Amino acid sequence: MHNEHSDTHFQSRIDNGEHIEAKDYMPEGYRKHLIRQMSQHAHSEVIGMQPEGNWITRAPSLRAKQILLAKIQDEGGHGLYLYSAVETLGVSRAELIEQLQTGKAKYSSIFNYPALNWADIGAIGWLVDGAAIVNQVSLQRTSYGPYSRAMVRICKEESFHQRQGYEIMTTMMRGTKDQQAMAQDAMNRWWWPALMMFGPHDSDSPRSGDAVKWKIKRETNDELRQKFIDKTIPQAELIGLTIPDKNFKLDEKTGHYTLSPINWEEFHRVVAGHGPCNKQRLDHHIKYHQEGAWVREAAEAYKVKTAKKELVTA
Amino acid sequence: MTTKDATYNYAIRLGDNALILGHRLSELCSKGPILEEDLALTNVALDMIGRAQALLKYAAELEGKGHTEDDIAYRRAEINYHNHLLIEQPNGDFAHTIARQLYLSVFEYLFFTELEKSKDATLAAIASKTIKEVKYHMQHAIDWSLRLGDGTAESHKRMQKGLNDLWMYTGELFEMDVLDTYLLHQHIAVDTIALKAKWQSEIEKILREATLTLPEDTYMQTGSKKGIHTENLGHILSEMQYLQRAYPDAKW
Repeated sequence: MHNEHSDTHFQSRIDNGEHIEAKDYMPEGYRKHLIRQMSQHAHSEVIGMQPEGNWITRAPSLRAKQILLAKIQDEGGHGLYLYSAVETLGVSRAELIEQLQTGKAKYSSIFNYPALNWADIGAIGWLVDGAAIVNQVSLQRTSYGPYSRAMVRICKEESFHQRQGYEIMTTMMRGTKDQQAMAQDAMNRWWWPALMMFGPHDSDSPRSGDAVKWKIKRETNDELRQKFIDKTIPQAELIGLTIPDKNFKLDEKTGHYTLSPINWEEFHRVVAGHGPCNKQRLDHHIKYHQEGAWVREAAEAYKVKTAKKELVTA
Repeated sequence: MTTKDATYNYAIRLGDNALILGHRLSELCSKGPILEEDLALTNVALDMIGRAQALLKYAAELEGKGHTEDDIAYRRAEINYHNHLLIEQPNGDFAHTIARQLYLSVFEYLFFTELEKSKDATLAAIASKTIKEVKYHMQHAIDWSLRLGDGTAESHKRMQKGLNDLWMYTGELFEMDVLDTYLLHQHIAVDTIALKAKWQSEIEKILREATLTLPEDTYMQTGSKKGIHTENLGHILSEMQYLQRAYPDAKW
């Protein structure tokens, strides 16, 4: 007998390359995995507004200021869009925010690093958004419909972000000695954390199995990381930036670059909460969320009042 | 005073208003009470910086010394900035920010509606683009004034305090000095004195609906047309100008 609510049927739909929609049957593990991954993605967009927002008021030209404002606005918009996509899985935004603030939900560890000089804004766009795009392009084919559609939309904007980041780095590398030093300093600090954004090696990635089987994840961490490395190293060399790795080299046979080992101890330390800005980022989010409580209450009270008025006049 | 010099100064005044308000609103990024508000206020900031760029670029052209809009935005001393005192006031709490937005956006709506008729084609074109943006800014400020004024006891109290605290800076919006009068006679500038009654009645109407009251009249602070500011502007500029000042030879 054909049972639409069986895991076998679900898996056969996945295997046929179908999209799963919000009201379709899905195994509990699939739903949980999606909530975890998508909310982490939404939180990353929102927390990512902090290191970049840190530079708007100091942006060195009116053009740069506008581009940065527009970019941060995009990130916030992605956050909203993704929160809505997670809500299709039966969790409210308020619950998701609570999970973030209590540490139950994570956000990308990359935002636990500080944005220290103007070139960091370039490096975040070029390297961080660049790494994110590689992942997100792959996620456009993810099996959950709302997530896949969100990714299609988000990818368009992210590629603009990456270009503007690279443009900042290029301008600075063509500039004064001080500017070149800032750009290289940013490169040195963001390169390794950007590589860590793809997560642990496939051999050490505990959740990959199901995610690949369910086609939430279409390519593995190491495959995606390698794509990013191969794409980014020539871009760095083109503008005269040095890769902060004495051992990197191009393997002529495979066409891929090889690097020194990634410092996974640092990765795990930052994920566990001991990065330079973990506490700062979360404290900031909690502080302004709490300070905004009276505004949300007022908006709610006003909504109730006006609804009652409308009822009376109707 | 030539018309060109006067128009240069006029463009600077209008440009500075947009530049400094853009700065203040940018400070709020990632600090909104809800994510939607983060986006809304960033959006207003973005409009402001765009408007500043257009006006200061025009000022640079009128000046004719080969400066760019960035030179003008980033390389002047406090006394040469001419934004209204109201604009440089700190954001305060959300109600304070909304009170500032309400006073300003209602004023700007009336102002740019008039400037659209200016004989100066560039200013008229900028005004025409600005009107579309200001309508949205004004609606945003009105919506929040209603929610906060008629929301909870706390929000009402905060909103009324924001309105009261900022009232003394509103008189300056309607001042006319020699430069304004000179350009008004040439049908370039706006007669702001003529806008005052309309502005006050609009504000009063909104506040009444929001169960708030128009603040009591008080001594109106003044100075920005002469470059005399509150202490706030120096801090804004030291932050905004940091990279341009620290690396004067760099191009960004």
